[in-house]
Amino acid sequence: MSETDFVLAVESLGVSFDGFKAVDDLTFYVNENEIRVIIGPNGAGKTTVLDLICGRTKSTSGSIKFKGLELTRMKEHEIVRAGVGRKFQNPSIYEDLTVFENLEISFPRGRTVFGALAFKRDAQVRARVEEIAETIFLSEHLGMRAEYLSHGQKQWLEIGMLLIQEPELLMLDEPVAGMSVSERKKTAELLNKIIKNRSVLVIEHDMKFVEDIAHKVTVLHQGKMIAEGPMERVKADPKVIEVYLGH
Amino acid sequence: MRVLSLPTDRKSVIGLLVLAFLILVIFPAMLDTFRLNMVGKYLTYAFVALGLVLCWGHAGILSLGQGVFFGLGGYCMAMFLKLEASSPEATKIQSTPGIPDFMDWNQLTELPWFWEPFHSFPLTLLAIILVPAFFAFVIGAAMFKRRVGGVYFAIITQAFAAIMTILIVGQQGYTGGINGITDLRTLLGWDIRTDSAKFILYFVNAFLLIGCILLCMWVGRTKFGRILVAMRDKEDRVRFSGYDVSNFKIFVFCFAASLSAIGGAMFTLQVGFMSPSFVGIVPSIELVIYCAVGGRLSLLGAVYGTLLVNWAKTSFSESFPELWLFGLGGMFILVVMAFPNGLAGIYQTYADPHVTRFLGKLRPKPDGKLPSAGLDGAETSSAPAE
Repeated sequence: MSETDFVLAVESLGVSFDGFKAVDDLTFYVNENEIRVIIGPNGAGKTTVLDLICGRTKSTSGSIKFKGLELTRMKEHEIVRAGVGRKFQNPSIYEDLTVFENLEISFPRGRTVFGALAFKRDAQVRARVEEIAETIFLSEHLGMRAEYLSHGQKQWLEIGMLLIQEPELLMLDEPVAGMSVSERKKTAELLNKIIKNRSVLVIEHDMKFVEDIAHKVTVLHQGKMIAEGPMERVKADPKVIEVYLGH
Repeated sequence: MRVLSLPTDRKSVIGLLVLAFLILVIFPAMLDTFRLNMVGKYLTYAFVALGLVLCWGHAGILSLGQGVFFGLGGYCMAMFLKLEASSPEATKIQSTPGIPDFMDWNQLTELPWFWEPFHSFPLTLLAIILVPAFFAFVIGAAMFKRRVGGVYFAIITQAFAAIMTILIVGQQGYTGGINGITDLRTLLGWDIRTDSAKFILYFVNAFLLIGCILLCMWVGRTKFGRILVAMRDKEDRVRFSGYDVSNFKIFVFCFAASLSAIGGAMFTLQVGFMSPSFVGIVPSIELVIYCAVGGRLSLLGAVYGTLLVNWAKTSFSESFPELWLFGLGGMFILVVMAFPNGLAGIYQTYADPHVTRFLGKLRPKPDGKLPSAGLDGAETSSAPAE
């Protein structure tokens, strides 16, 4: 049923919590190098969809295939190692460690206990960390403890921690929430830089930002998909206007 | 809050040298054999405190059952020494000569199978490290794979400590019961009860402790050590960076268990017996207090904490035996309320800046590999200064 050239194929996916259907019979496909944005009112199940894909929540029905791999049966760290990266809504970084160490931990090598004990901070690691730090505007802050970064910088750091994993599918939960106007502009610039050679799934409320980056938009409402397509078409859809864009 | 998990190399080396000087030179020079043996006993608890620094301070896993691992190490050593003391000639008045006396009193007629390996010294040494690690692995795997953590984990380890005590006390014929394993005499023919043996054992213990501190410092400096801190902070982030978090927790818990067991074995050697009173809930909690008073983020702090609390315990309980427990409780509350990072935190706040300045004077330019925190010219909303 699912075609193999989709990076991500979500089919009849459902999850219910004590009878409440948070996601109900959801089907969508993400192409290679596509930026897909999921929008919808609060409680529509957007974050739950990301939780299901990255293995944080177990689905009750349906399937999620990533490059032909069935993710619903895999553990979180296996999904990450397969090439799916996830950014959380609140910046989720290690405040007690420096920016350098934050990025280094995400570097995809030495991920077992003994691998981590034997891990060496060699030239390759240094070069890669510095390269990523440059991309996320934090070159000057490598030695700084992450807790002293501003909110926007923390968001970038987490994006950087995902980039260093080189995921083929990048999932971002409200990447510009709580950012200042200038930070938001820089983030859009950052996202446009990093989407090359990977697919991106974004949840966002900021319509201006969505219009800037989205190739296609999926609209969720009460766990169900009510519209899908390019932003201009979705914006004109009367159902979407009624449940979401209208107010 | 400053984290002491990643000390700069020079400072931690100097700190370790100061501690080594204290326990290798000052104590032996100033104390008589009786007092020195007592300090040696305290230092065996420091092994447990070191394990707790990694496990609790760095990784955020509070175990209230470390006494079990201390006890297991101590019992392994005691079993070996007891077998050596129970040669057929020495026990010929028993109805079954050649088995430990308490087994004979309990009508056992042959040595239980699990005592057999303890005829061999190399196997005993191996058992001291591996038996506690195995128990820790079973508990750790059962808990961490199911994502049981925090206070629930602490309660379960405490229950485990209670179970172990009941088991040891109840199985008198196999374990020596409430009295423990007593009347230990020689180690490979060397009498451990003499003053000179106690003197030598003190140094063996001290060197082992320094070796373990070095090992822990190394672990703390590897990426493994940084992942422990990261896990305490944002467990999900670590998981979604491709790590199997439970394996890291199991490993550090086993590591702490083996460290505690080394302390336990050295305790048996220096004190000459092992009993269930070092296994249960109360000693396990006391061990956590040593670590908290010293500073749960600092390896050296934990050693000083252990020495200080035990010194206080000995001096107070000699003069006011009934008040001591209140003193210990008060000390714990004071530390938690006022100095969450313990002695090491106090040192870090008040003494360290002076030490740094002093060291800076000695050697003008410290190697500046990374730009220091807070001094960058950020144009965005500037970070609060330290």
